This record gives sequence, structure tokens and C-alpha cells, in this order.
Amino acid sequence: MSKASPTPTPTKSEEGQKPNFWQRLFVRKGFSDTVLIPILAVFTALVIGGLIVAFTNSDTLATWRNFFHDPLGALAKTWITIRDAYSAMFLGAFGDPAETIKQIGVWIKTGENKGLLAAIRPLGESLLLSVPYILAGLGVAIGFQCNLFNIGAEGQLYIGGLATAFVGYAVQGLPWYIHMPLAILAGAVAAGIWGFIPGILKARFGAHEVINTIMMNYIAYRLMDYLLNGPMKSGGTPATPQVQPTAILPTFFPAPVRLHWGFFIAIALAVVAYWLLWKTSFGMELRMVGVNAKAARYAGISVKRTMVIAMVISAVLCGLAGSVHLLGVDHRMMPSFSPGYGFDAIALALLGNSHPLGVVLSSLLFAFLRGGAPRMQVVAGTPVEIIRIIQGMVIVFVAAPEIIRSLYRLQVSRREKESAAPSVSAS
Amino acid sequence: MSPLMELRGITKSFPGVLANDHIDLTLNEGEILAILGENGAGKTTLMNILYGLYSPNEGEIFIRGSKVSIRNPHDAIRLGIGMVHQHFMLIPVFTVTENVMLGVESVKGTGILDRKTVSKSVNEISARFGLKVESEAMVEDLSVGVQQRVEIIKVLYRKADILIFDEPTAVLTPQEAEDFFKVVHTLVEQGKSIIFITHKLKEVLEIADRITVFRNGRVVGTTTPSQSTEASLASMMVGREVILTVDKKPAETGDVVLDVTDLHVMDDRHLKAVDGVSFQVRAGEILGVAGVQGNGQKELVEALTGLRSYETGRVELLGENISGASPRKIREAGTAHVPEDRQSDGLVLSFPIKENLVLNTYYEPPFARGINLNNAEIVKAAEQRVKEYDIRTPGIDVSASTLSGGNQQKVIVAREFSRPIKLLIASQPTRGLDVGSIEYIHKQIVKKRDEGCAVLLVSPELDEVMSLSDRIAVMFAGKILDIIPASEATKEGLGLLMAGIRSKIQAEVA
Amino acid sequence: MSQAVSINNSAEGGSRRRLTVGIFLLAEMAALLLLLIGTRGMVSTFVLSSKRAGVDIPAPDLVIPTWGAILTIAIVIGLAGLWQLIRGFKNYTNAVLITMISLGILMFLIWAARGNSLNLTGMLVSSVISATPIGLAALSGIYSERSGVVNIGIEGMILMGAFISVVVASVTHNLILGFLMGILGGMVLGALHAVLSIRYRINQIISGTGIIILSLGITNYFYRAFLNPNPALNNSGAVLASLPIPLLWRIPVIGPILFNQSPVIYIMFLLILFTHFFYNYTKWGLRIRAVGENPKAADTLGINVFTLRYISVLVSGAIAGFAGAYMSIGQIGFFQESMSAGKGFLGLAAMIFGNWNPGGAFLGSIIFGFFDSWQNKLSILQIGIPSEFLAMAPYIATMVVLAGFVGRSRMPAADGTPYQKE
Repeated sequence: MSKASPTPTPTKSEEGQKPNFWQRLFVRKGFSDTVLIPILAVFTALVIGGLIVAFTNSDTLATWRNFFHDPLGALAKTWITIRDAYSAMFLGAFGDPAETIKQIGVWIKTGENKGLLAAIRPLGESLLLSVPYILAGLGVAIGFQCNLFNIGAEGQLYIGGLATAFVGYAVQGLPWYIHMPLAILAGAVAAGIWGFIPGILKARFGAHEVINTIMMNYIAYRLMDYLLNGPMKSGGTPATPQVQPTAILPTFFPAPVRLHWGFFIAIALAVVAYWLLWKTSFGMELRMVGVNAKAARYAGISVKRTMVIAMVISAVLCGLAGSVHLLGVDHRMMPSFSPGYGFDAIALALLGNSHPLGVVLSSLLFAFLRGGAPRMQVVAGTPVEIIRIIQGMVIVFVAAPEIIRSLYRLQVSRREKESAAPSVSAS
Repeated sequence: MSPLMELRGITKSFPGVLANDHIDLTLNEGEILAILGENGAGKTTLMNILYGLYSPNEGEIFIRGSKVSIRNPHDAIRLGIGMVHQHFMLIPVFTVTENVMLGVESVKGTGILDRKTVSKSVNEISARFGLKVESEAMVEDLSVGVQQRVEIIKVLYRKADILIFDEPTAVLTPQEAEDFFKVVHTLVEQGKSIIFITHKLKEVLEIADRITVFRNGRVVGTTTPSQSTEASLASMMVGREVILTVDKKPAETGDVVLDVTDLHVMDDRHLKAVDGVSFQVRAGEILGVAGVQGNGQKELVEALTGLRSYETGRVELLGENISGASPRKIREAGTAHVPEDRQSDGLVLSFPIKENLVLNTYYEPPFARGINLNNAEIVKAAEQRVKEYDIRTPGIDVSASTLSGGNQQKVIVAREFSRPIKLLIASQPTRGLDVGSIEYIHKQIVKKRDEGCAVLLVSPELDEVMSLSDRIAVMFAGKILDIIPASEATKEGLGLLMAGIRSKIQAEVA
Repeated sequence: MSQAVSINNSAEGGSRRRLTVGIFLLAEMAALLLLLIGTRGMVSTFVLSSKRAGVDIPAPDLVIPTWGAILTIAIVIGLAGLWQLIRGFKNYTNAVLITMISLGILMFLIWAARGNSLNLTGMLVSSVISATPIGLAALSGIYSERSGVVNIGIEGMILMGAFISVVVASVTHNLILGFLMGILGGMVLGALHAVLSIRYRINQIISGTGIIILSLGITNYFYRAFLNPNPALNNSGAVLASLPIPLLWRIPVIGPILFNQSPVIYIMFLLILFTHFFYNYTKWGLRIRAVGENPKAADTLGINVFTLRYISVLVSGAIAGFAGAYMSIGQIGFFQESMSAGKGFLGLAAMIFGNWNPGGAFLGSIIFGFFDSWQNKLSILQIGIPSEFLAMAPYIATMVVLAGFVGRSRMPAADGTPYQKE
């Protein structure tokens, strides 16, 4: 996934002065690849999404039927529909900035925090949605760094959640500082197994992990059906019992803001992921296997072992997405637990160029989109599935940057042209 | 008599590279024209233009006096130009017949293949030009020499009059090369005209009617065999005096470092590639393994470096049994490996040079503590190695793909030589390099040998093996037919061995 | 399909050998286990008659002594395993393996039907019906991959075909038009995949995954936006009826299975035959295969690699769309969210199982179709295994197939590698 383009002479570099982090980030991959293209990709996807929203809105369609009588009206209505939809999404994602500021004033003066909490609730909701995204996104990204396509994030998420829920409700009498980590550990182990199987099948038999991880997803769904309708069922609906209070991840603010400590776990793991990939020998091996497995073998690395470990790490992170989200928010497992976090994570990882920082930023973006979507559905009548359409487009645009480039008439940087030149090799 | 084909002012550039710079070339009817030049001189580019795979930026092509434009292989084929590529363009899972007719298939009715007719034609061409093939054989089962014949038949089936051969003898034994030259003469007798690209000086003198020499994308001169010698051609190719042999003192050998006993190794298709090989390499000597590619050398090297497992055989390094050890263990035991394909095996092109320079030791102190990498140490070591081996690069953070072939090989050498080594295994270490880099690598290998290292050199370039080695082993069909001191080796003798014919001397010694 | 990591071959072969032996042992142990669970004296009845279109096609019931039959099969499997071990693992291992797996399944069925009766004909009929979308998906995969383009997005193309065909058929009340539009819908996604993979040369797995996500999004979005509020748009009324072939359909047992099915199934059989003929006996088939094996070579012979790949991927999309249309208006008459349910992936596994050949792929899809359909029939028998676990069978089978067969089969050499003209 890390497409490298040849770097020109680092700008300030005399003998020994290393370019700093920002220079390295941009210079190594070029400004366009890292920042500009993803931004434009998202922007374009949003524009197209907006058009879809407009043209599936019955009122807007009605004005277009009258186009020849009132062309400006049709265009205006289109614009208004899009604007309303996206502003509803914005409010749903962030809350009302004006209101928030006002409430901060109230809180400072009177100490009354109810209004402030209500005002920042949407932001809190969005941030809490970002937690499973960050974790699953990291999982998928680490897989990508090793050239492994872990499409099984969704299934691993559920398995992690199921195991965590079980330890959460079935084990009693432990203090929270043992119970909660234990529950999380259970989720990690279960998900790790779920990732180990496709990993070992790939390493030993060369069976492609895309299909195998997808198969594991379906098996996970069936397993969940069985457990939630059978042994783990509680109450009338297919769902587990609530987990014990000692397993719950506490929230950061008082109710109604639900943002929980899992957010910080996610950010911490992002830092760990960065350290793992670029500051450890194992990370270097993982990336090497992802870029050139043959050279990795020549360097003495056990490619099979690396692949299996990478798959397991990837699956564990995705499983943690389920565990942490469950312990922090729902506190029980049910079929509707995930609105597709696992699949979103794939788009995330691509958008973030498989780099932990990119994943975090993309996760925040997607979380805001998803946080705002329900409100958009209520206000503008658009189904939340528009998010998935936007994601699909983002994937396409990020994976094929040429589309964006030709659309916006961007210059291909000289270095990128040189790296694309045919190798004028022997003779 | 006007020339059959004439090129005027052909120019072709790629981003950053001027591959052909106003080339003028003529080919007369019924002649064998050799195009001689180093790797990267622009020869294949020009031929690809002739065959319609590239289009020139400037220049004109005339055939039989009329100007033509060749925009794709169709046009070239129509004009009677046929090309036999250096890397064969065959479909392994198709039969000979299917490969020959691909693109110009005979059909019955609406698109149904008519294999019989084509098969008959193949047999006719085969008989007429002395190119023995079995028309229904699957190409992947054929030997390299026979595959080349299929390529030639392909070209003749399309009624080519001008045949272009790109490095045709690269994969042939000296005897197969002789057979090939016979075919070339037959082709000329039957009215064809031949262009022949090569970098082998001896061949050119043997077979060509005229020789055009390329250097850096330009034609530097045209001459004939009677007017040139190897040395004169070499200096035309390179632009300066070229020393064709390596200066080295006689070997001072020590203990046995590498001891291989009865090694049997299978290839990817579960066929035997190394068939009971035994030999020893001592400290301070270079054992060269000569042989045409495909006789088991690749598998032998892979087995010795731990990349390929084997069931039978024993390999010892200074008495320590390394049979079946992992590549890392073998390295740690004191082996260095300069691999055959530097870009795919020896380097991770997208990683920065500094990481490539420690690719063999990054996991050990001082570069790593536990799994923590110590970037400062890596940078220090990298900068030191760049200086010591004179690697031309703008910095150590650039990715390895920006380096030229010669500098890439230097990175590998710098890395491998930076720890004390007892055994150096070098596979085709100078493939695709310019003469300057070749000289450098050869010097380094000899230096290591003089320091007391044991060197195993595997190369299909007979000249290289003969000039560097102290002893020469010849591999054929997975066996080592003979090991002789370099001083007693002759081109002819080695050629016979490479073709599987044991010499009388060896029979006496055994 | 995998980016080939050169895994050391003898280790791989060793693993595979161990896997095969493992499967045999497992089958043996399963057999013995089943025997032990009180099957003595019981009788398994396989009902072979069926009632189609109101007409009884009688056939004698197959009454098998349970214990004896299982023992016999166990002995056969054991002998075959021994023979294989002695002979070594060469050619025909595939065929032996398949036969053994089939016997194993038969043995399981006999056990499941102990003391009870199971309508075997009915089971086979629904196997064929379940197998059809899988088989069509496999064909779709073959067309794309033989030309060198990996198509993971078949799942999304099926879904799109299912959706569009329902809407069109509901609006126009014309099933044929619905099918055509479904095919077109699949082709449009195929075109997208083609452009991304061939012109933009992006990683084909990413392209395929993106298409699946896009398709899920679009179909679900428009389902909720338009179909939910307007149920009339999601009701094609008629469903494509079965087309009995005169005379043949009355043959006991075989008749209902093969000759009284939806016309789509007949089309699939014809397509299988055509595909085999096309790739092995025609000029364009030869060229497409060349493009999939060695596009550079084909290019030097003047063959247009890009055009042939584009066409192949479009055809692939069309067939996938056809499969989707079958699933919706060919079977139930309406659209449900995510109704493709993994058939696209099962199809790809069948394709690998069949070594990229239509005949083998069809065999694979029958096996997967069987697993897909046995959940219903077997739960009636109440054999004690929860139906959710039975439902896992096709997916587990896929994984086993991939593990066992990927190495044995020979994919088109250039599959998955974008072609770059220099």
C-alpha cells in the first residue's frame, strides 16, 4: 500500500541535517499523494453524494419536472436540498457551534452544566463512533502494510464483542481493574483466533485471505445467530444479558454524553501501531514482506510466520473494536451491534494510506459522517446508506488517483513521472 | 545496390533518458548485420521501434527505398519484419502450434481453430530451415534451445524477410550457439536478411558480415570483422581502453570452508535440479561454477543459502553442519550472498537506502535492542558504508529504486561485506552492469578472496568465470561434470563440458 | 489470485499431503462415530418420488440398512486412503478426493435419515437450484480471470442485477425486460471494474472490494428511499416459472432434477458448454487465454490486450447481473437487502475448485449448492445439529476447498497483474 515515489534532494539537507517529520512525510510521498488527493477524493465523493441526495428527494424531483417553467427554481431547490441535508449532517455530527459557545458561557457563570452537555452531545457521539473505526481501521491498515487484505474485520469485530460480552456478564465478583481488562483480553484472544485461521491457511496453503476472511465473516454471523438465540440469550429478544458494572468502560463526561475511555485506548493503540511499524525490527519485517516478500526471504525473514502474526494482530485490533465499543456503549451484544464498522474500516485504511495517523484522521471523518447521518435522515429524508455510497466512491478515488488528477487537472509531480517511466533496462 | 532497410535520424527519448540519438543504420539484402553495444546502449530500444512496439520521436524508416511507418507489430509483420526477443514471448501452457498461430490463426467456419493446417506448416518450416520441433508439444516442457526454435518458426510462419535477433545466444551452450549460427546461415541462403543484437565480442567476429557499434544511444561506427579485433570493438563500445582480464595474484588457499556432499535438490516443478553434487571451496580461492542457465545453478545457490530445502545431502561451513538451516542462520555463520536478481531479491526498492544497507543485520545490536530499532546507529552505519564503497546517491533516505544498477549492486556488496565473512556466494554479480561497475565488482571479489574468504562464483558468463576463478566447475543437467584449475581451462574444453560432454582428461583422472 | 509469495515448495506440498491425509482420517473417525451412535437395526429411507407441477413422478423408495451402509462406506474410504498413501500424491488425487468427499456426505445423509425418511430427489432438486447462482458466479469469474483480471466484485454485480431487475420488472410487468436490465446493471459495474483495473491499473482486489461496497450502498440506499415506501416497485408479481422439457421431465428421479427447472438453469448448462467450446476451440478464445497467460507475448503478436480484457470483464459483469436477476425475479419476485449472501464468493471458490474450467466449476457449485440447501431439509429431520451450524457448511467447505485446491490448480499466469505497455 505504501507507494513510494523517488525523493528529490531533501530541502535543507547538508551533510547530517535530517529533514524533519513534516518534510519527511510530504517529501517521501509527495504532497499530492498524502494530503491533496485524499482531501479531494472525499470532497468529490461528498459532492456526488449530495447530488444523489438531491435527486432522490421527491420535492426536488418535483421541481425538476417543472424545469422548463422555472429553471432557477429547480436549481435553487436542488441547492437547498443539498445544503439542508449536509447542514443537518453537520449539526448531527458536531452539534450547534453557536449553542455550544453560549452554553460554555452559561457554565462558566453558573456552573450549570446540563445545557453544555446537551450541546456537546453530538460531538461526543461522533467521537465515540470513531473508536471502533480507529481500532478496526488500524487492524485493516496493519494488514495492508503486510499486503494482506483483511476483509474479515466485521466478523472479527463480532467475535471479539461476543467473547467480551460473555466474560462481561458471566464472570462475577471481580473488581473492575481485573474484570474489565479480562473482558477485553477475551475479546482479543477470540478475535485473534478468528484471524489466525485465514492467516495460517494463507501461509501454509497459499489460500487467498480475501475469500477466507469473508467466509469467516459468514461463519461468525451464523455463530452469533446461534449464540444469541440460544445459550447466550437473555430476555425476549436475541441479545446477551447486560455486562456487569465492573466490566463497563466508564464515560468521560456525565450523561448524556456517552464518550468513554475507550477513545483514549484507541488513540493509544494508534501510537503503538506507529511505533510497531516504524520503530521496531518486526515492523520493518512486516513492511518488507508486504512490499517484496522475495527480498524478505533473502534477508532471512520467515515470510509465513510474519504473515500469520500480521493477520493475528490485524484481527485482534478489529476484535478490540468490537470489545471496546461494547464495553463502552451498548454493554450487551445484539445482532444490530455493528452498522458495518468492519467494511467502513477498509475504506478508512485506504483513505489513510495505511498509516496510523491517516487512519485516525479518516476515522474521525467517517465518524462525523456517520454521526450526522441519522439527523440527515430525519431532516432531509435521506437513508443513512448514502454513507456507504460515499465510502465506495472514496475507495475508488483514492485507489485510482488519476481520476481525481484528471478531474481537477492536477499536475503530476515530476518525481512521480520519473518513477513511472519504463525501466530502460538491459540493452 | 540500394539497401534493403535504412534508418535515418531515429531518435527516441523516455523521461530522463535519451535512448536513441539520431541513429542512422542500413541493412543490405542477404547480409548479417550485428549491432554491438553494452547493456543500456539503446540497441533493444531501436529494435523495438523497428518492430512497432515503440514509436520514434524523430526519424524515418525506409524499406526497399520507400518510406514506411511502423505503428504496431502488425505493420512490422506486414512489412516482413520479424523479431525474436531476448526473453521469449511464448505461452507456456500452449502447444508449439498454438504459439505459432496466435494472432494469425487459421480458421474453419466462423472462428473455429484449424490446428491441423498450421501444424502441417510448422512441420514444413521446421524441415526447410533445419529447426527440429514437435508441433504438438507443450512449450513449457521444451528446453530453452528448442523454445528458441519455436520463436524462429513463429517469425518465419509470418513470412518475415528481415529477422531481428535480440541476444540470441544468451541462453545457449557454445554448441547450441554453433547450431544456431548454422540456422542463421541457412536463413541467409534462403534469402533472409538478419539483424543480430549482442554484447559478445567473439560471436560478432565469428558470424557478422558487418558490425555497427552503439554507445550511449548513438552509433559510434560501422566496421567489418576483417577490420576489427576484440580489443578494438571493446574500446569502441566503451570509449576507452578496456582491460579485458582481471589482475590477480595466484591464490593462497587455506582450509576447506564450504564442504558440499551429495547434494540433491528439487526445483519448483518437483523435478531434480541438482543431482548429487559434491565439491569443496577453500579459504582464499574462487571456485567458479560455469554452465548455461537452467542447469541447476539457481537451485544449487538457493539450497546453499537456505532458501530451498532439500532432502538429501550435507553441507558444512567450517565443519559446522548447515544442511537445512534457515537463511538467517547460514548468514550468521559467516556467509554472504550477492543474489542473481538484485532488484527483486537483494533490495527492497521502495525502502530507503539506509535500511537496505542493513538488511542483513538490522535485527542485531547495535541496530536493534530487542525489537526496538536504533535509527541513529543505522544512519551512522549507512553513511559510513556509502563513503567506503563510493555509492553515488543524493542521500541515505532516498529509496533504493533511484539508484543506477551499478550503485544498487554496490549497496548489496557494501552490506554483505560489512561483516566478517568466511564464504561469499556470488550469483551473476555483474549482470546488466556497465563496464566500470563490472570492474569494480570484480576487484571487490578478488579483494575478499585475498583476505582469506572462500568465494563461490556462479555465472553464465564464461569470460567472467574464466578470468576470476582459481578453479572452475562446470554444471550440466544438475551434475558437476568436472572441476579443473583455471590455468588448464580452455573455452573449447569448457564448452564441451557445458554441453554435457565429458572430456578425456577427466575420465583419466577419475 | 494470490500475489504469489514463493513459498518453499516441498513444505507446501508436505502441508497439502498432510491435509489430505487429515481429511481421510477425519472422515474415518466421523464414520466410526456415527456408527456408534445407535444406528443398529435402523433403516434409512430415501424417498425418490417427487411431485412437480402437480404430477406425481413415482419412484421406488431407496431403503438402506443404516449400519451396514455406513460401515461399507467407511471401509471404502479407508481403503482408498491407504491406496492413496501407497501410491503417492500425484495426478487423479483430485478425483479421488472428490469421490471420497462425496461418499462422506452420502454417509452423513444416511446417518441423518436413520429411522426416518428423507426426500433425496427433493434435496437434489433444491441443490441444483441453489447451485445455479453459484455456478453463474463461477462462470462470471472464469470469463474475467481467464483474460487476466481478478474479479472479486462479482458479489456486488449480482446484487445490482438483482435490484435492477426487480424494479424494472415491477414497473413494466415484463420479466424478460427485467432480466435484460439486470444483465445491463451487472455490466455497468463490470465496466467500472474494467476501467479501474485496466486503464487505471489499480489493485484489482481493491477495485473489486470498492465495487461491492458501492453496490451494497447503492442498492440499500435506493431500496430504503424508493422501494420501502412504494412496495409496488418491489413486486414483480410473476416469477419465472419452471420450464419442463417434454418427455424428459417424467423420467423418475433424474427428470425433476435436470429437466424441470427454470429456463435460467438450462441457459446455465448451455453457457457451460459454450464456455468450454469457446476457450478451447475458437480463435478468440485462444487469444483471450493468451492475454491471461502472457499479455506481453500477445501484445508483440499484435493482439490488443486491453480490448480483450475489457470485453471479458464486461461479459463477466453481464453474467453476474444475470445471476442476480435469477435470484430476485427468477425465484422470489422481490428484493431484499444484501440478498446475494455470499454467492459471489462461493462462485469464486467453485471456479478455483474447477481449475478455471467451466465443467469443474459447475461440479464445485453443485457441491456448494448442496451445502447451501441442506440446511432446510436437514432441520426437518431434527438431527440434533442446530440449523445455524448447518448453515455454516458452505463457508467452511469453501475454505477447505481453497486450502486443498489452490495449489493444485493452475490459474492463468497473468491473473491479477495489470498490463502496462511500455
